[in-house]
Amino acid sequence: METSGFNQRHLLGIDHLSASEIDLILDTADSFVEVSTRNIKKVPALKGRTVVNLFFENSTRTRSSFEIAAKRLSADLINFNSSVSSLKKGESLKDTVLTLEAMNPHIIVIRHSAAGAPRYLTTFARSCIVNAGDGFHEHPTQALLDALTIRQRFGKLRGLKIAVVGDILHSRVARSNLILHQKMGNPVNLVGPPSLVPLEFERMGARVFYDLKAGVKDVDIVMMLRVQEERGAGNYFPSIREYRRLFEINAEVFATAAPDAIIMHPGPLNRDVEIETSLADSDRSVILQQVNNGIAVRMAVLYLLKGESNEAAH
Amino acid sequence: MKLLIKNGRLVDPHSRVDDTVDIQIDGSVIQNIQPRLEPEKGCRVIDAAGLVVCPGFVDMHVHLREPGNENKETIQSGVEAAVHGGFTSVACMPNTKPVNDNRSVTEYIIARARKCGLANVFPVAAISMGLEGKNITEMADLAAGGAVGFSDDGRCVMSADLIRKALEYCRMLDLPIIEHPEDHSISGEGLVNEGLISYKYGMRGILNAAEEVIVARDIILQDRIRSRLHLTHISTSRAVELIRDAKSNGIPVTADATPHHLLLNEEKITTYDTVYKVKPPLRTEADRLGLVEGVRDGTIDCIASDHAPHTRDEKDKEFEYAPFGAIGLESTVSVIYDRLVRTRIISLNRMVELMSTNPARILNLKDRGQVTRGKPADLTVLDLNRRFSIHEAAFRSKANNCPFLKWEGMGKVAFTIVGGKVVYASGD
Amino acid sequence: MEEKTKAKIMDSRKMERAFARMSMEILERNRDAGSLALIGIQTKGVFVARRIRAQIQALEKVELPLGILDITLFRDDLHLQEHHPKVEKTEIDFSVENRHIVLIDDVVFTGRTIRAAMDSIFELGRPASIQLAVFIDRGHRELPICPDFKGKYLPTARRERVNVMLKEVDGSDQVLIMEPTRF
Repeated sequence: METSGFNQRHLLGIDHLSASEIDLILDTADSFVEVSTRNIKKVPALKGRTVVNLFFENSTRTRSSFEIAAKRLSADLINFNSSVSSLKKGESLKDTVLTLEAMNPHIIVIRHSAAGAPRYLTTFARSCIVNAGDGFHEHPTQALLDALTIRQRFGKLRGLKIAVVGDILHSRVARSNLILHQKMGNPVNLVGPPSLVPLEFERMGARVFYDLKAGVKDVDIVMMLRVQEERGAGNYFPSIREYRRLFEINAEVFATAAPDAIIMHPGPLNRDVEIETSLADSDRSVILQQVNNGIAVRMAVLYLLKGESNEAAH
Repeated sequence: MKLLIKNGRLVDPHSRVDDTVDIQIDGSVIQNIQPRLEPEKGCRVIDAAGLVVCPGFVDMHVHLREPGNENKETIQSGVEAAVHGGFTSVACMPNTKPVNDNRSVTEYIIARARKCGLANVFPVAAISMGLEGKNITEMADLAAGGAVGFSDDGRCVMSADLIRKALEYCRMLDLPIIEHPEDHSISGEGLVNEGLISYKYGMRGILNAAEEVIVARDIILQDRIRSRLHLTHISTSRAVELIRDAKSNGIPVTADATPHHLLLNEEKITTYDTVYKVKPPLRTEADRLGLVEGVRDGTIDCIASDHAPHTRDEKDKEFEYAPFGAIGLESTVSVIYDRLVRTRIISLNRMVELMSTNPARILNLKDRGQVTRGKPADLTVLDLNRRFSIHEAAFRSKANNCPFLKWEGMGKVAFTIVGGKVVYASGD
Repeated sequence: MEEKTKAKIMDSRKMERAFARMSMEILERNRDAGSLALIGIQTKGVFVARRIRAQIQALEKVELPLGILDITLFRDDLHLQEHHPKVEKTEIDFSVENRHIVLIDDVVFTGRTIRAAMDSIFELGRPASIQLAVFIDRGHRELPICPDFKGKYLPTARRERVNVMLKEVDGSDQVLIMEPTRF
């Protein structure tokens, strides 16, 4: 029997994965894409195992995606939602997790507004920890599903040029993608206003652009980030109106990218703010494919994490 | 009660002594210092051969948390920690509950500390009522009650007008204004040093500029006012440069740095370990080296621990929600000796200056920071040939949020003597 | 675990004959080759299935649909594994609904793989029947599973391993019994 060669107990970030581990997750996800085309989209791989979805930020999309992934693997699932504010007043994160662990879950999927919260869990929890987004830090499964989508479209994940456009400073999606593509050796352009794209990112190997056209020129993948209205309030830019004028991707700007370039967006979309609606719906957009791949990638992650072997075996 | 300390190497920058001498203590004061003294009848003798005798160390920046936050630390546990760490005197910050902004709180702290009978406790009172940055406290009354300086530590005095008035007003008291230099409009909700690491690890940053603009502002104000200004826990190399320039231009300003800013850099936070969450944040290696240079060349006058105890539960949290602060009373002497003196970055004499002579001078503690006939017998005796290892079980502090846990090296406190009384002896 | 060859049981001629006989039997049992499909179990079963399909094509001039099945996700011992095994591809691009399926593997041993394969197939639809073809039946069944077609029955010790080598993967056709050098 060939074991998977995946030696991670937790998925805390892309930063902790090697390029070959990323390839393995995507290969495994390919198999789960096939499962998702079946009439009965369910396999018994995680039968008898419990997955806890521990979400401290509202995210119907990511939570449902993990939920479907767990269910398609026949795992039992507990959804635990809490707003961080109520947590701050009452029970600590540690107590919450220790209480949940009394139910012997195998995997805890956590979304939290504080960077490093998943890593903090690993200091005391027994379960495998999956980071479903921590503050501005990382969102590894998003970068992996993006990578799967790219691989399906281009048949490869290496030798491609990527531009990530928008609020890089506050985007965990941008960080995870930047790290992933650097591991693959792909050049990454970061595009946005200087207040949201610190030049220090160039020391991480990216190139920083303040001009959208220059930033997306000849790239294979244009990844748009959601712009948050409240950043305007924080004076990162004066108004959505001005932001749109400078950084909205439209057909004309997109035409300067490589001839078969694709456009991606982690959702939810701000139509006609960061992305022209007709472009979002065009055949160059892979946004819906990204959503679909989210399930397969999360199935792969849940399947591959190195759990403690069942005591019954000994 | 008489005590004779024999054969020790006395290092006292105040009287420019570095020699093997015997020290005779009578009651609470130093009676005699001679190359050779014979013990009188009934006199206790400490053989300090091979040990270094220093004027009692003074930590001019600690948080004892009492009154109000006795779950973190009490005056009792704080002074136990102090003498265990070799400090004979500490100056405690006013951010208690209630705030030390009136004489009754100052007197309460002094009375409590006296009852403990271990280290001397010198309260630093608030600059502004309730630390709110609006109205200055009754500084003269506080000074009469025993306050040795004024600070809104934890918060910076954001109003340039208020800091100007405070500096001017306290000039008549000859006590320092101790500024926590942080422009809150720049630091905001920041958690760590702003730069590549804060960007990569997704945490809000605190720019160096948050500290530097206040250092610059205060120096410019002080240039005209010529009061006593002390800038505490300096963390950036640019701030060191600003202070160096100010001093070379004759502007009266003093500064301290903490052991953690001198010995650790921002890379520690990449595991999100909250023990490294401090304010100001751990900075870059370049900043750290600039700070060490400042300590070496005299720009930085003292090393102060900014001993900031928190409970285990408070620190056992998401990085973002844990409070800022680290304890240092029981690690500072060993780690500074081992990492700065043994490595020959500074001399032993300079270390004593930084930890005793200068803080006593800055706080205007006229009897402290020296080993002189007729002065209080506050002594810190070091054994430089003994290994130390910092571990929680040995702490007298209630807290364990020490960034130097598990550190090992050479140099331990052998005896701490306060007012002629041996209040700590290693091996106890 | 290190192992050494204990015995060579079949050479390429014997294997050739066994493949021909199995193919013939499958055709005899299933008069209507039109509703028949083969499914090979990853990884060796796929190559065995391709051999059988080629034989049937030569005999009957029909090209049977051939699916590839990975049973990893249906294994009954996944919860015992610290490292989950690598998942290989499943490619069944025909409907199993109402089809006669011949499930093919190189060796049948405890029968657990076959149980997993059947569960997996039922998730894809309801076949008219499932028959089992294995090249070697080495005994030691732990489940009520019996092959319909087999190349050879080969009694073995539990600690031994049967290695069906095929020239397209292993460079030569032969069947070996392997035994551990230390145990």
